[in-house]
Amino acid sequence: MAPLIDTLRLTAEDVSGLLERKEVSGEEISAAYRGAIDERDGELHAFLHVVGESGTGVPIAHKDVITTKGIPTTAGSKILEGYVPVFDSTVAALCKEAGLPIVGKTNMDEFAMGSSTENSAYGPTRNPWDPERVPGGSSGGSAAAVAGGLAPWALGSDTGGSIKQPASLCGLVGLRPTYGTVSRYGIVAFASSLDQVGPLTKTVRDNARLYEIIAGRDPCDSTTVELPEPVRIPVEEDLRGLRIGIPRELNDVEGIEPGVKEAVDRAIELAEELGAEVGETRLPRSVEYGLACYYLVAPAEASSNLARYDGVRFGYRAEVNGGGLTELYEHTRWEGFGAETKRRIMLGTYALSAGYHEAYYGQAQKVRTVIGREFEAAFEDFDVLLSPTSPTVAFRIGEKAENPLAMSLSDVLTIPPNMAGLPGLSIPCGLSEGLPVGLQLIGPQFAENALFRAGHVLERALDFDYVPERLR
Amino acid sequence: MTITREEVLHVARLARLEIPEGEIDRLRGELEAILDAVGKVAELDLADVPPTSHPLDLVNVWADDEPRPSLSAEDALKNAPDTAEGAFRVPAVG
Repeated sequence: MAPLIDTLRLTAEDVSGLLERKEVSGEEISAAYRGAIDERDGELHAFLHVVGESGTGVPIAHKDVITTKGIPTTAGSKILEGYVPVFDSTVAALCKEAGLPIVGKTNMDEFAMGSSTENSAYGPTRNPWDPERVPGGSSGGSAAAVAGGLAPWALGSDTGGSIKQPASLCGLVGLRPTYGTVSRYGIVAFASSLDQVGPLTKTVRDNARLYEIIAGRDPCDSTTVELPEPVRIPVEEDLRGLRIGIPRELNDVEGIEPGVKEAVDRAIELAEELGAEVGETRLPRSVEYGLACYYLVAPAEASSNLARYDGVRFGYRAEVNGGGLTELYEHTRWEGFGAETKRRIMLGTYALSAGYHEAYYGQAQKVRTVIGREFEAAFEDFDVLLSPTSPTVAFRIGEKAENPLAMSLSDVLTIPPNMAGLPGLSIPCGLSEGLPVGLQLIGPQFAENALFRAGHVLERALDFDYVPERLR
Repeated sequence: MTITREEVLHVARLARLEIPEGEIDRLRGELEAILDAVGKVAELDLADVPPTSHPLDLVNVWADDEPRPSLSAEDALKNAPDTAEGAFRVPAVG
């Protein structure tokens, strides 16, 4: 019965159906994904650690930022090499309760800092559509695992665009949920006012199903809230009654590739044909100041969060001969962190230091208010906003690795809604130069159901084939 | 935006990072370039705008103080690079 399990083609719902109807066993499913990993992960390097559990539910891959009891968790950093957690994060526990066996832990930019997965201390991940190109990041391992047929679905985390952008570059559906809807208990922290966990899947329905499993208030994370309404698995066939806004600045930002713009414009026309009312809106300062605001807020919070890596309680410890505790801290941290992480710790520490705090971090927090207000005004007239997810398709490995500012432009369209705590869904909307283009759907806080509905209707109409062309 | 070597060393000390002598100038240049870019936020006059520290309007609540099981000392020490007598062992403070 081997041909039944085509891991590149099967959605999580397909796998669930096969298991429920007892057409295949949990062991056979697990073996099929293990076989795909053996076949393709040597090239892709999506996984840092393969677990290969089998069980009654649909197997899942966890980004290595998600703490898993008894399973190594490194966040892509040398400083956590050998760390084996003694507890489960809440999302890992919820997936376990739902019966989802773990396929493995996926590669990522160190501490989720990056947009290409090249910043991993364990080497880059490759894009299943073209192994010469990056899968995006920082959840690049999770995206490559799902697009490459190595896992039916996966969890990632998103601070500035780390779920949406790799979903876009790998032809997948990625949800960055509303801030506060998914627990961060046991998630290796980067920037706490921004970090959110969310699903990477082949379809919008799979995405809604996984979001349903992980969302909700957690007493262990005081920033979480109850969902105002239950998650609805989308079944709609048209967009009648939906008001869609096209923020001019998000659609015309400098650097958008012509092929990306064409694919997104076609999707917008299609939305109108499917019954949506489409109109233009403006977010002038969100786009112009979003990136600068993000690159102050996120590193500042990271510099504080990453203070815990000190070589004392867990992880890497440097050898120091004869020095005291301060020398131990300083050597451990210099040797254990990678270049990008150290750059951001230095920047964040500077932005928070005496004399500079108000001008940098304080001012950035005010810009954040301005961004939130611009989105609020746009949502007075519209239910959902559309734009490209990333200005470009997947770029070549090494192309932007030495230029942090060029790399940061990958997130110029995902950062503004993230600063406002808004949910965003990226769905594939076509190809440009043979590579996937992502469409970003942004909603008001807690509007995940509206995003799932719009995403599902557009996905059916666009009929994008998520199996990478070279693997069909 | 100009940053001095002394400022780089001061920030590194605050961040507990031991920068090798040969890397100070490279980091100084990188920080200057990034600060030039993020300094853009200063263009806006936001004197009357309140800061956002958290994207949701949450109010503080009190939870009941109910004891529940927590990590054992053995588990808490499991990942430590060095331990002694049920504690983390470190070089002398100073």
